[in-house]
Amino acid sequence: MKGWRRKGGKVLAGFEQQEAAVLRGLVSQVDDMLRARAQEAPEDELSELTGIKTGPSESPNDPVLSRLLPDFHKLDPDNPSTEDLDSVAALRSLHEPEVLDAKVGVAAVVMDTLPPEGGDIRLTYEQADAWLSALNDVRLALGTALDVTDDMPDELPEEDPRAPHLGVYHWLTWVQESLVQALTE
Amino acid sequence: MTTPVEAEETLGADAAAGDSPWQTIVWNDPVNLMSYVTYVFQKLFGYSRDHATKLMLDVHHKGKAVVSSGTKEKVEGDVAKLHAAGLWATMEQP
Repeated sequence: MKGWRRKGGKVLAGFEQQEAAVLRGLVSQVDDMLRARAQEAPEDELSELTGIKTGPSESPNDPVLSRLLPDFHKLDPDNPSTEDLDSVAALRSLHEPEVLDAKVGVAAVVMDTLPPEGGDIRLTYEQADAWLSALNDVRLALGTALDVTDDMPDELPEEDPRAPHLGVYHWLTWVQESLVQALTE
Repeated sequence: MTTPVEAEETLGADAAAGDSPWQTIVWNDPVNLMSYVTYVFQKLFGYSRDHATKLMLDVHHKGKAVVSSGTKEKVEGDVAKLHAAGLWATMEQP
């Protein structure tokens, strides 16, 4: 992978087989988590009739999912008001399905356009936007799992169990940054 | 043949509601790229690159920025779109 470039209304990049395997693996893991979360949505007949989905009202326990699906209000960590708690639950239930649909949708674009064996890929601008969101979701997931901070070093001490994974995170950052640059130049 | 019933126009609903408008807040986080956040503001809200960059820098330096405002329904939609893009957004009525 030598970075993205724009040519003839398309956005191009070449992926090594190993790079494609890493990225597809991460995207599908995040996709699995999102789909499992979607399964937690309460089922009711009215939703089936109207096609309007209702999501769970509670924030996910898992820190990665909870970062991917934040609350709609900033709650007072010590003493959240009942009004805020009720509103957060209602807004999550109402909007989480569309957020999940969007995230599952962009993951599917990456899986459809990046062959398992890698190679040169050509994206439309619309597909490139989907890639940006999917790359961001994967970075959020990995960043949360690695407890990434603002002053994260390029490398961690060898004894840190996160050390081998940090390289992947930095690589994803570079892939995303390069794609933004290609789209905005 | 038939013609669809036209949905009733809701023009002026904002003004009629009488409530103070809601605000969409984006919070700083250690993962999101500055370039990506700027790009998302341009794409979602149609802001100029300069305005989007200013908002992004506010998020970065001040920890948060108000990125849009309006009716509760509009701001809910903005927050949902920002969540779909992976930004940490919330809404409040000041």
